[in-house]
Amino acid sequence: MNHNQPVELLHKNYIKKLTYEKRWVRFYQFIIFFVFFLGWEISSKKQWIDPLIFSAPSKVWDLFIKKIQDGTLFVDLGYTLSETVLGFILGTLLGTILAAILWWSPFLSKVLDPYLVILNAMPKVALGPILIVALGPNMTSIIAMGAIISVIITTIVVYTAFKEVDPNYIKVLQTFGATRSQCFKEAILPACFPTIISTLKVNVGLSWVGVIVGEFLVSSKGLGYMIIYGFQVFNFTLVLLSLLVIAVFATIMYQLVELLERKLIKSN
Amino acid sequence: MSFLKLEHIHHTYFTKTSATTALSDISLEVEEGEFISFLGPSGCGKTTLLSIIAGLFQPTEGTILLENRSVNKSKKKIGYMLQQDYLFPWKTIEENILLGLKIFGIEDSAKKEYAFSLLEEMGLKGYEKQYPKQLSGGMRQRVALVRTLVTEPKLLMLDEPFSALDYQTKLRLEDLVSETLKSFGKTAILVTHDIGEAIAMSDRIYLFSARPGQIYQSFEVPKELRELSPFQARNHEIYSQLFQEIWKELESLES
Repeated sequence: MNHNQPVELLHKNYIKKLTYEKRWVRFYQFIIFFVFFLGWEISSKKQWIDPLIFSAPSKVWDLFIKKIQDGTLFVDLGYTLSETVLGFILGTLLGTILAAILWWSPFLSKVLDPYLVILNAMPKVALGPILIVALGPNMTSIIAMGAIISVIITTIVVYTAFKEVDPNYIKVLQTFGATRSQCFKEAILPACFPTIISTLKVNVGLSWVGVIVGEFLVSSKGLGYMIIYGFQVFNFTLVLLSLLVIAVFATIMYQLVELLERKLIKSN
Repeated sequence: MSFLKLEHIHHTYFTKTSATTALSDISLEVEEGEFISFLGPSGCGKTTLLSIIAGLFQPTEGTILLENRSVNKSKKKIGYMLQQDYLFPWKTIEENILLGLKIFGIEDSAKKEYAFSLLEEMGLKGYEKQYPKQLSGGMRQRVALVRTLVTEPKLLMLDEPFSALDYQTKLRLEDLVSETLKSFGKTAILVTHDIGEAIAMSDRIYLFSARPGQIYQSFEVPKELRELSPFQARNHEIYSQLFQEIWKELESLES
């Protein structure tokens, strides 16, 4: 009669095994982290690597505390974060709108096709100097850099997704007499939400590139400015601090987009 | 005056390298409340004709009159059911069945209630908040039927609606659809390549020949079969006779 018990036991064992494995994964992840920073610290102290160039975790930490206490880190971080977030939202939004326009008019999409290819192939950061001259050496041109770097690739990817939506969904709507905009709203756009979200993930990374390069060029505030300034005065502790902060916040942004993805795609 | 009238429909598809005539000189008339089947080998332009009748695109030549008016102006009177259910996976069942009303902009409470009563008739009460992927194939096709019926079309187009289902579900759905359409007095056109299905469900069968699609012959289904449900009709002796007759014609077409 105890037929259920072995099954339950097996299940328990299975779960135990999973948790066990997860613990080991976490353990090794921690080991890598620990060894990396410890190795860095020691080799810097022992002069195996040039401490002037590679600094040391303890020095970076000290600078970090100092910059938090005088508040300058928050100012730079604030600038860079808002530029990145705005740039990437703008890039994704504009790209999706452009894709919608191309979908709306097949003729226009045929006309614009070679230009999209050229714009996509061109390295967008090369436009930096022109943007700065045109928009002024301020936040606007940096946000524009963050957006422009992702807008064309978003347009191409999302437009392709729009075109690949099963035409039978459109047929269903057309038999109800739906207009083209109703077809877009009811079928095309919701069917492509997963694609749009995944371009969002790519765009997070791209926008960081655009913004950091923009800050290199404008050279007034932000984490990118911290890097270029540290480089110019040969303060590599500053450069490394900036790099670590960027790594942390880029990861957080990526995780947030993933969270958004899980929330939005649940019904699919 | 007939309910639906097709006069000399020609349709040609153009590509860069070829011009294919899909339909050639199709003329037929359908009375209100009739159930018609288009039967024929693949490539005989059945689906093209259905799309043209539904007003999805214009034929190269010819006219279609629904109650003496051009079909483009009477889209709301036509319901279309596809081979697969094509329920929108990101919409709940409720949102799916109300889609037609939403497109028409007539989402009032009376219409909604009608939609829910239809859903209940199809034995799908309680599934309103679920998503299509949570339902079985047969259930989804029933939801698609509800979605088509909610807008109260006068003419129903069924484009091989049962072909993606397993045999048992198919038989059950045939009965359900036939019964539902009869009780509402709807006119229907069924496209199929299944001879049995055509005989069991319809009042009249048009046999198409391919390349170019033409009406080869038409068969009246005897009164005895018409009065039976599709499932019962399949067991009637006249059914087998008619099946043999149509089978021979189809064979002669393909040879």
